[in-house]
Parts: sequence; C-alpha cells; structure tokens
Amino acid sequence: MITGNFEYHQPSSLPEAVALLSKLGDDARVIAGGHSLIPSMKLRLAMPEHLIDLQGIGELKNIQISGGEVRIGAMTTQAELIASEALYKSAPIIRETALQIADPQVRYMGTIGGNVANGDPGNDMPALMQCLDANFVLQGPDGERVVKAREFYEAAYFTARDDLEILSEIRFSECSGGFAYGKQKRKIGDYATAAAAVLLTKDGNNCSHASIALTNLADTPLYCEEASAMLQNGGVNDENIAAAVTSAMAQIEPVDDNRGPAEFKKHAASIVLASAIRDAWARA
Amino acid sequence: MSKQTITLNVNGKSVAAEAESRELLIHVLREQLEITGPHIGCETSHCGACTVDIDGMSVKSCTVFAVQAQGKEITTIEGLGNPDKLHVLQEKFREHHGLQCGYCTPGMITRAHRLLEENPNPTEEDVRFGIAGNLCRCTGYQNIVKAVLAAAEELKQGENVA
Repeated sequence: MITGNFEYHQPSSLPEAVALLSKLGDDARVIAGGHSLIPSMKLRLAMPEHLIDLQGIGELKNIQISGGEVRIGAMTTQAELIASEALYKSAPIIRETALQIADPQVRYMGTIGGNVANGDPGNDMPALMQCLDANFVLQGPDGERVVKAREFYEAAYFTARDDLEILSEIRFSECSGGFAYGKQKRKIGDYATAAAAVLLTKDGNNCSHASIALTNLADTPLYCEEASAMLQNGGVNDENIAAAVTSAMAQIEPVDDNRGPAEFKKHAASIVLASAIRDAWARA
Repeated sequence: MSKQTITLNVNGKSVAAEAESRELLIHVLREQLEITGPHIGCETSHCGACTVDIDGMSVKSCTVFAVQAQGKEITTIEGLGNPDKLHVLQEKFREHHGLQCGYCTPGMITRAHRLLEENPNPTEEDVRFGIAGNLCRCTGYQNIVKAVLAAAEELKQGENVA
C-alpha cells in the first residue's frame, strides 16, 4: 500500500518545527512514531502534503523527575517508558499500561506524545493521563500553553490542540499508592474492548485519593469524577465498588463494532473496572 | 515529487538509494537494494514479516518511510547468518522445526535476535510476549518458542556464537 505523495521535513529543534508548521499550515502534519499516521496515510484517510518528522529533536526525548513532578518529552517511546526504572518508581502505572499497548515492534516506535495527541479513543494513554490528572504542554506560534488532559479531548480525533500547535511535553505529579490498568482485548495488538485506569491511595482503612478513567468506551477517554469521589469519600468496599462501577457505567457510550455489541462492551467494562479497582486497592 | 538520495548502513555496508518521500523502507530494501529477506506480509503493521532491526530496535519496515531511516544502521536476516554459517537462531529453528512455509521466519528470527540481545535469559512467557508482534500461520508457535529458548541456552553457553 502506497501513501499519497508528500514533502518530507526533519527539523532539528522545536522552534524550527513550530515555525515550519506555522508556515505550511493545514497542508502539513507532524509525525512522531508514525504508527497511527502512516497506516491512515496508506488508507488515504490522511493525505498531508508535508510531513514534519520530530525524530531529530532531541529535547523531545526525555524523562525528568524532580520535586515530585514527572515531565516526559513527547517523543519518548513506549519502549523507553517501559525501560525507565526511575519512571517505574514514580509512576508504576505507566509501565503497566505501556506493556499492554500494541506489540514490541510498535512500542519501539510509538511515542507517548503521538498516543495522547492523536485523539484516537482506542489509544490507552489518554485515559491514563486523565487518571493521573496530567497536563499537556502545547507549543504554537504564540508561544506555550498548558491544557489539562481532562479538558483536552473533544470528540474522536478532535482535541484542544490547535492545528498549528505541537504537543511537546506531558507533566504530572508522582503517584504513590495502588494502581492498575486493566484492559480487555481480543488479542495482542488490539485496541481495548474496554479498559480502566485506577489510582487509589490508602490511609489506614480509608481511601485518601481515588482516580478512575476509562478507555474506548465513548468517543473520548472518560474521567469518572463521581465514581472516583465515591471511593474517596466512602472507602473501598464491595458496596462502594459496585456503586462506583454503576456510576461509571452511566457515563459510557460504547457503540456496536467488530469488538462486540454495545451491551457486551458495557458488561466487559463493568468487570474490567471492578477488577482494576480491586487490584489497585490490593496494591495500595 | 522528486526523488532524494538516502544513505543507509545495511548489514554493515553503507548503501545509497534514490527514493520518493512516500516509499516505505521495506520497498526500498527489497526493490532497490535487493535485500529480499524481510518479507511483505500484511503491509498494515500487524504481521511482522517485514521486521528489521534499526539502531537496536525491532521495527516493522512497512511502517517507516525510507527517508526516515536516513543514516541509520539496519540489520536484516541477511546480516545475521548465511547458508554457510547459520546464526544460532537459524540453526535452532531448523533443529526444532520452527518453520513450515518459512514466510514469517526472517522477521521472526530478526525479532528473536533483538529479544535475546535485550534479555539473554528469557522465560517461555518472555519469549511468547516478546514475539507477539510476529504472526505465523503454520506452526502454532510451539516450535518457534522452543527454538528461541534453545538458541538462548546455546548462546549463554558461549558455544557457536555467531
């Protein structure tokens, strides 16, 4: 399969990339790992006239942890996220999630920036970023701005990122406590039939912090504010887990597709979420 | 669009090719450089038959434009062994019947090579998880896994290191 024709650009700095994108405008697309964009170019779902490859921009490839904050450059690959022991100490849920994305070859190329910026509801990192209450740093012609992951996703493939902006960095607070990313999929490499990211902090028998978000159960990732509050205020017990799952299920809007009818997905989602809550609490 | 010259290091040799931006790495390798070990299977990033090693990473070469590989070091099955001196993985695939039609084998072995470089002491589960991006429609994987584990064992003992 051959893609449409395009002109290839490889800027060596972020300002250069932003300037190039401003100049070329709508005719250009930024390419990170390319494992979503190249397949959609083959299908001619995307037909950019210019591709701006970010691979030569070293400043976009790093993981920094200091003062309780984690900063990950957008071009950091899933394989690099998995391999980082420092990141595993600060936010183990990242490795748990990244290991469930695609397959080894795709994880060598696929980047965290591409995964969150593309706006594909099937991608796993967006819900995780909402669960972590992460911030996305966007660089555009008018400078830098920061958008919360919980406010970034508007609809499938539509996000708060302007066409002339490049997502450069992801920031979130280190997280201690229990974590789980549960994912039901048909096979390795598949997108989720249903997936749930859960963070729970234990304080004695109480839950001092709870955060829940869901993948591929609507046209955007879903942060479940009410369900999170139920666990945080009422504690993690069978009754509250059931109530939190019921609340989260009221938020989802799955559609019938080759992963199954909506009713099945609802069923799968409720089981995936309940089990992720239990796993996170057991590790808290 | 005009073609551009790309320089690659393939299997230890510096080579040049003329390619349009949209030419995929697998097409340039096979059609211009006549390196036909990596195969075109699905061409949709699923099957792994086109797997090559780029700067120490297993990559599906149907999902990279050749221009993106400018200046990189690429290893294909041709760079691992040859009929006169098989790589340990190739020997073990033969010994353990790790192939039937052989179509997936170059990608499978190129991937397994990187897996063993990163994890010389894999469990069966590590091998299965590590080759999950390569599909085989003949063997049912059982003998592929056996072959990779046997190769790991042999490489550890330092015998016959390729």
